[in-house]
Amino acid sequence: MTDQIPISITVNGRSVRRFVDPRLLLIHFLREDLGLTGAHIGCETSHCGACTVDLDGMSVKSCTMFAAQADGATITTIEGMANPDGTLSVLQESFRQMHGLQCGYCTPGMIMRASVLLRENPDPTDDEVRQGIAGNLCRCTGYQNIVKAVRHAAAVINGRPSQEAAE
Amino acid sequence: MIPGTFVYHRPGTVQEAVALLADHGEEARPLAGGHSLIPMMKLRMAAPEHLVDLRGIGALKTIAEDGGDIVIGAAVTQAQAIASDLLAARLPIIRGTALQIADPQIRYLGTLGGNVANGDPGNDMPAVMQCLGARYVAEGPDGVREIPAAEFYLGPYATALAPAEILTAIRVPAPPAGHGWAYEKLKRKVGDYATAAAAVVLTLAAGKVATCAIALTNLGPTPLLANAAAAGLVGSNLAPADVKAAADAAKAITDPAGDGRGPPAYRREMAGVMVARALTRAAQRAANGA
Ligand SMILES: Cc1cc2nc3c(=O)[nH]c(=O)nc-3n(C[C@H](O)[C@H](O)[C@H](O)COP(=O)(O)OP(=O)(O)OC[C@H]3O[C@@H](n4cnc5c(N)ncnc54)[C@H](O)[C@@H]3O)c2cc1C
Ligand code: FES
Ligand code: FES
Repeated sequence: MTDQIPISITVNGRSVRRFVDPRLLLIHFLREDLGLTGAHIGCETSHCGACTVDLDGMSVKSCTMFAAQADGATITTIEGMANPDGTLSVLQESFRQMHGLQCGYCTPGMIMRASVLLRENPDPTDDEVRQGIAGNLCRCTGYQNIVKAVRHAAAVINGRPSQEAAE
Repeated sequence: MIPGTFVYHRPGTVQEAVALLADHGEEARPLAGGHSLIPMMKLRMAAPEHLVDLRGIGALKTIAEDGGDIVIGAAVTQAQAIASDLLAARLPIIRGTALQIADPQIRYLGTLGGNVANGDPGNDMPAVMQCLGARYVAEGPDGVREIPAAEFYLGPYATALAPAEILTAIRVPAPPAGHGWAYEKLKRKVGDYATAAAAVVLTLAAGKVATCAIALTNLGPTPLLANAAAAGLVGSNLAPADVKAAADAAKAITDPAGDGRGPPAYRREMAGVMVARALTRAAQRAANGA
């Protein structure tokens, strides 16, 4: 057997040190070692995006990365997205208001991806939102209301009246 | 889908990485973005016993100009390439191609070096690099050498790289200002490899083709340089008959596999369509100076 290796990662503001098997995938580390089950396993083949987390400001598919590769990184998962007082963040609240989810399986990945998208492009067009979430699959919504939710969040963040209404 | 066990190494320099690879021979593999290698390890199609993670080697992450070349570090990510002002200005085909690879998450981690070293005929950058006349810089126990992209690919997952060699950079001779370029890729959906794709880089002089290179992705066991097709266009003004002749000449060198993307005859036909579109688009860009 191969030796475990030490890693130290900041997850949702908490610094975590663990010994891990080199082959442990980041998604399994988050879900099983840390009990953070918000990031989901959909496909395990890097296609669906349900496992998306924020790693040093990048959206990554945590099923296609070893925990060892994340050594030294700062990670945010959906559990770290609410406001400090526990209320929903603008993006989360926008998904709620715009009905950007049905079963909710894709939602943690969608929100984690959308938060990086809005940081990089604070006022995206519909097309830019669609390109930006192209790595996240949703089997329920048909995406309409997800795009609206992201644009609604952009409007709120930019202090503009939102043009969006849920369908 | 759990990969097999391996020992994880994270060297800080190219020399350390080469030494690790040399120590462990065929059982060791470099790990860059991991977005080709980890899926294969999960499927147990690859089971390296040692992974040499290149991400701690800062020297592999830069993009710079050196003489007439643009030098792209092997660990530059697709996202970094898309965001690079230097590449946007001097090598817009790289940005244009990177945007057609996979999806945003994969582009944050997937590297240009991994994309060209992987040797999967579905990877998009190799044909583009062949079209640009790029050279790959390889460093191994015996020193540094340059391998032209046109001579690098030997078969599916078989390349000219020796087991203990690392690709450190891609050197691309900067094409002249005002050149035309295009990468036209037919795919079924986001995140899919090409059904057929064509890269074109050309220059025009007084409305006629002065230089031209054409290369094809996923239409044979390796990327394919369509030299005869390109040579036939020099001196032409890309009239419909010229474009058709080039598309036919390019189709003739393809040998696509039949898979979920379609039977060989269909993919060969699409190769011609992609070449024609890429030539037209490249000529428009050259004429517009864009
Ligand atoms: C869902 C999905 C869709 C994708 N779609 C596309 C697509 O449409 N087009 C496309 O081109 N790619 C696609 N890819 C592949 C993606 O672009 C990969 O990131 C890329 O092929 C490999 O880069 P990497 O940095 O991830 O390399 P890794 O996976 O880390 O490595 C790939 C191979 O190259 C070797 N290697 C890596 N770096 C070096 C180096 N510096 N020196 C020597 N050897 C090295 C490794 O040992 C390994 O054998 C897709 C991947 C996924 C998961
Ligand atoms: S579980 Fe990671 S992309 Fe689907
Ligand atoms: S809400 Fe069900 S998968 Fe998106």
